[in-house]
Amino acid sequence: MLVEIRFHGRGGQGAVTAANILASAAVLEGKYAQAFPYFGAERRGAPVVAFARVSDEPIETHSQIENPDIVVVLDPKLFELANVTAGLKEGGVIVANHAERPPVEGNYKIYCVDATKIALDMGLVVSGWPVVNTVMLGALAKATRIVKTESVVQAIKERFPGRLGEKNAEAALVAAERVHEC
Amino acid sequence: MVVKTLTGNYAVAYAVKLARVQVVSAYPITPQTTIVEKLSEMIEKGEMNARMIRVESEHSALAAVFGAASAGARAFTATASHGLLYMHEVVWWAAGARVPLVMAVVARAIGPPWNIHVDHQDIFDQRDSGWIIAFAQENQEVLDLTLQAFRISEDPRVYLPMMVGLEGFILSHTMAPVDIPDQELVDSWLPPRRQPYVISPDTMYSMGNIAPDEDHYMMRYSMAAAMEAAKQVIDEVDKEYGEVFGRSYGGLIECYKCDGAEYYVVITGSWAGDAKKAVDSLREKGVPVGLVRVRFIRPWPRERLLEALSGAKGVIVFDRAVSMGSVGPLFADVAQTLYPLGISMKGVIAGLTGVDVKPGVFEEAIAGFIKEAEEGPVFVPSEWLLPRKYRGKYPSIPREVIAR
Repeated sequence: MLVEIRFHGRGGQGAVTAANILASAAVLEGKYAQAFPYFGAERRGAPVVAFARVSDEPIETHSQIENPDIVVVLDPKLFELANVTAGLKEGGVIVANHAERPPVEGNYKIYCVDATKIALDMGLVVSGWPVVNTVMLGALAKATRIVKTESVVQAIKERFPGRLGEKNAEAALVAAERVHEC
Repeated sequence: MVVKTLTGNYAVAYAVKLARVQVVSAYPITPQTTIVEKLSEMIEKGEMNARMIRVESEHSALAAVFGAASAGARAFTATASHGLLYMHEVVWWAAGARVPLVMAVVARAIGPPWNIHVDHQDIFDQRDSGWIIAFAQENQEVLDLTLQAFRISEDPRVYLPMMVGLEGFILSHTMAPVDIPDQELVDSWLPPRRQPYVISPDTMYSMGNIAPDEDHYMMRYSMAAAMEAAKQVIDEVDKEYGEVFGRSYGGLIECYKCDGAEYYVVITGSWAGDAKKAVDSLREKGVPVGLVRVRFIRPWPRERLLEALSGAKGVIVFDRAVSMGSVGPLFADVAQTLYPLGISMKGVIAGLTGVDVKPGVFEEAIAGFIKEAEEGPVFVPSEWLLPRKYRGKYPSIPREVIAR
């Protein structure tokens, strides 16, 4: 089955990297995957999107994703700044970096995790910014089961070798524990 | 063998490294840049024993690679769009001099206005230059085709440079699983470089001097003959590659759901994947449609196409490029190939300048064509499929329907 995912972030938050790591995690499980950025210019801080497809079959579709099954929102502010539910399928899933239920109208299944707090608590900070992309991948895996949490952990460690990868992987596991329907 | 998730551009870089390329030269241009960035990193880390020549323009990049290749080195460059246009003079020069080399072209629209998104205009602009020109559909095929390109280009029956086309962003910046073959296996399959002559301080050789017109004419004739010979080489190389590496693609063309098909889509590039989804959907509805993906636009696979399409009732061609004042370049070649069959044909111009074309749009166009053709023979050389928001608001460019 083909699952289409859209990541919402702000330029510099690592939405594209999150999509890439998700694809790698799926491939580690022998699945097929694609990950791609929004094909345009991006600016630090501005709302950005990235995409992924995960499937049990080879993926030959190359057109843009307009009706995702899942959206992942890396920044709580994006619920005000961007239309994160645009095109999201009826009954689709939202995985949000949000302490409590975000202000969203519509028939969606919403999962919350305070990824910013996890990142700050665990010292995942770069240039003063909490790094939440790997944290959110742990939450995404646990909430939707499109890939196993262990695969996400392995893909994170492959992407960031050494202590950095370990820290990010630990944070992903904490998020997997804390993510909840909201 | 190891499976990694790679962008199409990195797939090119891994293939170039596996081919033990000795000289790389390029000038950065989106969406090509990450190919040579990766190669530069590989060279810097000592993973690849090659020389990176930094230049001030694409014209010089291809000139540098052409020079290195003339002197006997396996050489590679990559570019896109305006960079390729800037190279154009040397593109012809390298082909005419019969120097084997490989270039990746990350297909991108041509301005103005400034546009970094995909179409096929840049690569089709090189159509008549004497290069072997191929298009990949997936990142895995990008790697395999790049490796095959060295083998094809350096085959003594060919001795022509080769372009490997991959769509900008759609493949170049999209990560997907890619099986990277072992170096030893590649070494055993790819022979040492061969070329018709090597320019060195010890050999007397002149290339590019004034020659009698009649001799120049015969050089053009010999290029045309080499293009014909390349057809067999391409099919052979792909088949042998499959035996060694476990993947082959059908050589010059790929036939998709051709069994039992009465109507066919003809298309090239990665958007063929979306068109295949439309074919799947139509097949489920009982519509007898298949798809031929043209993998090599030069040499033109005339014989293979005639063989694959000999029983067709009609063919619809999707072009992501246009010859202004005429038709889509793919359609032009399909039409001249299928002329003896006297079947219904339509050329559709779509997806120019990065406009996204979804499986549903393909399906509508294909189903519409089949409906028309079932009512009587049609011949529509070019129909512009406007972007959705403009559809129905502009008059169609004179549309010629010739019923027989």
